[in-house]
Amino acid sequence: MSAELAFEARTTLGALQLEVALQVAPGECVALAGPSGAGKSSILRIVAGLLHPREGRVRCAQETWLDTDGGVDLAPDRRRCGYVFQEYALFAHLTAWQNVAFSMRQVPRRARRERALELLERFGMAALCDARPQTLSGGERQRVALARALARTPRVLLLDEPLSALDARTRAAASRELQAILAEVGVPALLVTHDFVEAAALGHRVGVIDGGRVVQEGTAAELAAAPATAFVADFTGAVVLTGAAWRDDGVTRVTLDGGGELTSTDHAEGAVAASIFPWEVTIEPAGEAAHGSTRNRLAAEVVSVTEIGGRVRVGLLTPQPLAAEVTRESLAELGLVPGRRVIASFKATATRITPR
Amino acid sequence: MLFFLVLPIIAIFVGTSPRELIASLGEPVVREALWLSAKTTMMALALILAAGTPAAYFLATRRFRGRSAVITLVELPLVLPPAVAGIGLLAAIGPSGILAPIGVSFSLSTAAVVVALTYVASPFYVRQAMASFGAVDRTVVDAARTLGASEAEAFVRVVIPTAMPGLVAGTALALGRALGEFGATIMFAGSFVGVTQTVPLAIYDRFSVQFPDALALSAVLVVVSAAILLSVKFVRGAEAVGGVGGARV
Repeated sequence: MSAELAFEARTTLGALQLEVALQVAPGECVALAGPSGAGKSSILRIVAGLLHPREGRVRCAQETWLDTDGGVDLAPDRRRCGYVFQEYALFAHLTAWQNVAFSMRQVPRRARRERALELLERFGMAALCDARPQTLSGGERQRVALARALARTPRVLLLDEPLSALDARTRAAASRELQAILAEVGVPALLVTHDFVEAAALGHRVGVIDGGRVVQEGTAAELAAAPATAFVADFTGAVVLTGAAWRDDGVTRVTLDGGGELTSTDHAEGAVAASIFPWEVTIEPAGEAAHGSTRNRLAAEVVSVTEIGGRVRVGLLTPQPLAAEVTRESLAELGLVPGRRVIASFKATATRITPR
Repeated sequence: MLFFLVLPIIAIFVGTSPRELIASLGEPVVREALWLSAKTTMMALALILAAGTPAAYFLATRRFRGRSAVITLVELPLVLPPAVAGIGLLAAIGPSGILAPIGVSFSLSTAAVVVALTYVASPFYVRQAMASFGAVDRTVVDAARTLGASEAEAFVRVVIPTAMPGLVAGTALALGRALGEFGATIMFAGSFVGVTQTVPLAIYDRFSVQFPDALALSAVLVVVSAAILLSVKFVRGAEAVGGVGGARV
């Protein structure tokens, strides 16, 4: 745990009171998810030294980068952060390889191009090394930005909405690539997103940020199954189940990790995440025979019952955590209390499959 | 209308035969005026770039009280009649100006010409440079910082290249203005051959006594001005095509 990132800060940003403490282990990716204006990007900026909190401490790789009590505040260029900015912030006056080579001041001039090409090659971008950023597609820019961020052998990776500038088609592939890179680089990573599904796909842990505070922290499944506040419940929206997919007669079948099987109309193979919105999930008493068009039926145990406004969120174990939203009437009718065995059912068409 | 705008320029070239033009350019008075104009304009331009670039960057990126008032003051020489600028310079730093008691005074010297040119031409550069610096995306500068560049290094390696088309255009505009400067120079520095008589002053000085000389000098200014205009258009065109505007990163 020596190379971990430890962060804490208290500061005022306009009307927002930011007060956050986090720890990220080497190789771990913590996703900070929340609505825009919640202070997520400010956390990354404080880690990188681009924003100065009133009070705070940042320690990374056994170095103190910021300690307002001790009077330490390293300049951004002396902290080794691989920062991928929201719109990638590539240098328009430089080519792809020159962007990647920007930080190679210590590398002899003649070796720079070769080093940059090696990095671009990892992202399948070597062929476009002489292209200007403005001629590249969103996905290509993202890869150049990642290669550039890795060029300085960073001690921490900071990713600000790395996928949000991409279209839906490239996003799934980019997400998979990013996961592989994070695992390979092995440094602490902080990722910011407003999309819970993205946070669930990329983060080992998810911190939900609202109003400058981490309102809940845990795995995506934990948050979705047992939201601490109504805000988190609302925000998580979908529930994520992991498993392995294969194609079968025009549909996708997923063998869930820990048991159970489900069907989706989305196309996918290999390791996947299936996401379902809790309001698509119906609860029936255990032992009832299948009827109607609902293809997915999972045996489950009720673990929690939380009221959110006019509806009730029921936390289930399938054994992976799942959640359903029902009315108060149904809750009483079905006698839903923790420990009760039920069948959770939802339609194949309501089951989204994303590669992981 | 177009004819009206082009006619005087045509007349300058029709009025001088190429042989006459070459002969006039050989005249010592004419040669001295050309050399003096080139020298003073370059010196003024160097001063404008050296002081105007950091000033423009500061004004474009910092927010402080009275910022818009400062910007208005910087732009004032743009609309000030050149004769007024000349009188103002005399009153401020002339032989008996308000700064003369502390030793800051210029009079009837080449240095005085440079001061006058700098005064009238600098807003053309500063205005354009401010707009270009203002359009540079701040996150690009932040990106440079996280990639190990110090603040000064980020300015040199990222801000300047990104703003370059605008800086070149501003330089060309200031160059054109300095080269054609007449009113402030004649008021503040006078018109002495070889010392303060730049090309526009020489044209004025010669046109009654030696009209072909005046025409030859005018022809040179027309060519130089046209070259400046074309280079600005070329840079702007490249910017529009290449999208090196900074804001588009």
